[in-house]
Amino acid sequence: MDDKQRFTWQCPAPQQQSKISMAHGGGGKLMHDLIHNAFIPAWDNPILQQNSDSAALGVGKTKLAFTTDSYVVQPLFFPGGDIGSLAVNGTVNDLAVRGARPLYLSVAMILEEGLEVETLFQIVESMRKAANDANVQIVTGDTKVVDKGSGDGIFVNTSGIGIIENDLDVAPKSICDKDVIIVSGDVGRHGIAIMAVREGLRFESTIVSDCAAFANVTQQLLEASIEIHCMRDLTRGGLATALIEIAQAANKGIHITETSVPVDEGVRGACEILGLDPLYTANEGRFVCIVPQKDAQHTLQILQQYNERACVIGEVEEDGCGLQISSCLGVKRIARMLSGTQLPRIC
Amino acid sequence: MKYIDEYRKREIALKYSEEIQRITRGNWTIMEVCGGQTHAIVKFGIDHLLPSNITLLHGPGCPVCVTPIEIIDVALQIAALPEVIFCSFGDMLRVPGSREDLLAIKAQGGDVRIVYSPLDALEMAKKYRDKQVVFFAIGFETTAPANAMAVYQAHRQNIENFSLLVSHVLVPPAMKAILDAQESNVDGFLAAGHVCTVMGYEEYEDIAQNYEVPIVVTGFEPVDILQGIYMCILQLEKRQHKVENQYSRVVKREGNTTAQKLMEEVFAVVPQKWRGMDVIAQSGFDLRGKYQTFCARRRFAVEEITVQESTPCISGEILRGVKKPCDCPLFAKQCSPENPLGATMVSSEGACAAYYQYRH
Repeated sequence: MDDKQRFTWQCPAPQQQSKISMAHGGGGKLMHDLIHNAFIPAWDNPILQQNSDSAALGVGKTKLAFTTDSYVVQPLFFPGGDIGSLAVNGTVNDLAVRGARPLYLSVAMILEEGLEVETLFQIVESMRKAANDANVQIVTGDTKVVDKGSGDGIFVNTSGIGIIENDLDVAPKSICDKDVIIVSGDVGRHGIAIMAVREGLRFESTIVSDCAAFANVTQQLLEASIEIHCMRDLTRGGLATALIEIAQAANKGIHITETSVPVDEGVRGACEILGLDPLYTANEGRFVCIVPQKDAQHTLQILQQYNERACVIGEVEEDGCGLQISSCLGVKRIARMLSGTQLPRIC
Repeated sequence: MKYIDEYRKREIALKYSEEIQRITRGNWTIMEVCGGQTHAIVKFGIDHLLPSNITLLHGPGCPVCVTPIEIIDVALQIAALPEVIFCSFGDMLRVPGSREDLLAIKAQGGDVRIVYSPLDALEMAKKYRDKQVVFFAIGFETTAPANAMAVYQAHRQNIENFSLLVSHVLVPPAMKAILDAQESNVDGFLAAGHVCTVMGYEEYEDIAQNYEVPIVVTGFEPVDILQGIYMCILQLEKRQHKVENQYSRVVKREGNTTAQKLMEEVFAVVPQKWRGMDVIAQSGFDLRGKYQTFCARRRFAVEEITVQESTPCISGEILRGVKKPCDCPLFAKQCSPENPLGATMVSSEGACAAYYQYRH
């Protein structure tokens, strides 16, 4: 049987969606379906099946983590960061949550004809600084220019390699019943910061993105011999999507208490006004860490050195598969992946 | 957060829950009119705090859900025109017409943009004078004042490249239609707090009297809703039927008269088709008189198609409060937010979508 015959495209979208829409890139269910129905079946191999933020690779006796990510953010500069720092930090974080020490990055730039050279220089400088701060080196790169109108100023792709120097398998399948779910800080800042700038929304105080690398934090957890079962970088789909993905991959139940999830007052206010849920709003410098109960206190102590709002938000449960959230009234509800991105509602 | 946290306090909510348990004797069915209330009830689990002899029915108050499929098809045709910048509130973008949604039009190259206010769309019209800027003016009495203001300003400032695709719906006629239906078993209503912020609640007093149903103007936070239910049950147990205002921190009896005057200036009350409920007399707005030049339907020659909803879908019965999402054999099987078969699955405030997101 040749490849063409073996590969069947199972379109995940309703039939009327014969074209890719923005929702396919929103980190929600449509994107999840696209990955699982189109990419994984076509390229299938055991490493791809790890289905994690980075792939863990054995090269001789060395264990490496390898990842890639593309950055297409608008505006290019936002409170708390820019596309350059985002491209470095995002890839560093994808390596960090696999339990790796990030080492090297590649950078590919797709520049649109007409981009100000000064803008490019600012982004490059920002990447230099972010790489320095995260203790990684940018060691190879590529540049392409596309016609005006074919890009959006600048698109950046970074790939990263890190070394895994522990015997842990930091992945969803390692989580156990009664494990404790800890979040590294308040959630939802990046999504609201970007939306505020993009849409010209003005709030009483400027909401600053959480954009930052946290590999130093995860390294400290590993050096403290904490038995980390799983970590996940909170990005587009927010905290809820990350926990749903972990629960589904592990075939376990995860239960969190809504009121224990730290959310900045400004972010909460903006979400209330726009009809968005901070649990599904993007982050770029936060992660969840799932550890056995014996290590919970120690983990929290370390995380709180970096962000005092790090806290326990829930635990892994024996029953069920998926995420359950207890509301402020103490009633449990099921949380699902969103279809695509969150859209502000009418009234 | 002020004005939020105090209305989400567990101990206060539980106190109301206990009080409701204590006073309830009969079997009562209460309909919350607004989709925002439905969403809050399902999300926070408010129905789990009620005794089993109280049934909550979810009403027709999700503006996205009740926008007729024909208007969406008209919107899709206009949005696909090369000279048009089509502006909409975010959650209308993935509401399917008979074939596709606005997100699909955007993917095919249509200039579809999310705005947060019709006045933003008006600003866009001033900025892009060589384009036609169309705003999708949907919603209840809540969104109507800002839409009226946009047209009023466009007229005053002579912004000719701006227009509205209007599909406005009004709450009281829909409540009457529900009560007039033979199948109706609604004993009391929680009226929509935001609608009454604009319109006041004088017009509900006749409904309460004529149909002998208690109506409580209610807010959107858990304690608001529980207090609204408590007030409604108290009336039902005493066989009373008057309009009461739970949301008094926001709503006045006369409403916002400035907004009402502006709406009267710009809009005329017309018969309106509701998705899932058919045409209801005097239940919508259209632009009146000199403002009709800002009507996108009149400006663009688009064909209007009559479309049949998929027959197995029970969203009409859900919107009329006859059935609940879990009564539908298609729920969460063939019908989901990724592939909605009917009105109540299309928006996050639709009853089916709320059950799917939080319960299923």
